[in-house]
Amino acid sequence: MKPRILELRQAVLDKNDQLAHALRGQFEAAGVLVVNLVSSPGAGKTALLEETLRRMQARGWRVAAIVGDLATENDARRLARSGAPVRQIETGALCHLEADLVARRLEGWRLDEFDFLFIENVGNLVCPSDYDLGEAVRAVLLAVTEGEDKPRKYPPLFHSADLALLTKIDLAAAVEFDRNAALASLQAVAPHAAIFETSARTGAGIDDWIEYLAARRRDLNRNA
Amino acid sequence: MHELSIAYSLVEIADEAARKAGAARVRTVHLRLGAMAGVVEDALRFSFPIAAGDTLVAGAELAIEPVAVQVFCDVCAQSRVLAAPFVFRCPVCEQPVFTLLQGREIQIESIEIEESEAESEKRLYETAHS
Repeated sequence: MKPRILELRQAVLDKNDQLAHALRGQFEAAGVLVVNLVSSPGAGKTALLEETLRRMQARGWRVAAIVGDLATENDARRLARSGAPVRQIETGALCHLEADLVARRLEGWRLDEFDFLFIENVGNLVCPSDYDLGEAVRAVLLAVTEGEDKPRKYPPLFHSADLALLTKIDLAAAVEFDRNAALASLQAVAPHAAIFETSARTGAGIDDWIEYLAARRRDLNRNA
Repeated sequence: MHELSIAYSLVEIADEAARKAGAARVRTVHLRLGAMAGVVEDALRFSFPIAAGDTLVAGAELAIEPVAVQVFCDVCAQSRVLAAPFVFRCPVCEQPVFTLLQGREIQIESIEIEESEAESEKRLYETAHS
């Protein structure tokens, strides 16, 4: 037996990256802004999305959502109450969404009938960070009920986000949330990220986040 | 734990390349792993033999070359290396840094394969006559 070296120089997630790249092209061509929502379980992705879908539809935007969870369709049912088209991906044992799962779930939808498509990732602060889904915006949520230093503990995911949402701010006083510490922690790990302070219950900050997304969509379509 | 998914992708790439090259088996897989890749090395090492199953990668060594986090500081106009825990501030001027140059890599660099004498001679013959 003779040993030999084969040079490969290939990203291990190359297949996912290529598929995500193709999806991004489709999204841009259709003029739909795609947002990938990531956070730990229970940070309030579904509640934020419910309120966001409701308000965006009231403004006449055409919105849709894909929801990933290991099991149950509960979140999809909750979101469907907004009247927006919602599809569920049950990932089984998989702790994150991958581009091919998203691509398969898009089948039968006409992307140019949507202005915004939200992808609610599996609640997990580690695994989703390496998987590009073709999104234009990756938004990470940090609830005031979590530790203020979460971003410092999970830098790959927080750093990979374009923007951060502090959620459940209506509970801040009750949990003695240290706002300055949380902002400093986010800025330490993701200095590039815009920060929105929101409450799905009171509606605080939700319109600002919607304005931001609308502006991002205008940029997308201007560059197209 | 997504390290198992990553191990399966890694094995698939190595196995396919080895098969194409007519290898008998893979001896070593060389991987570059960024400190900000979000991959736990121990979990990946644990997952690797499971993913290797009965492919040509079975029994192979996983050699991991760590890749440090490198950023570009606009203020200093210099690239800088960040140490864990990762705070995206220039270690020299302490201003925020916005450009990540490296540190997220999960990249298969090369594989070391074993080929039979016959396969080796055939390849050398083909190379010489092409």
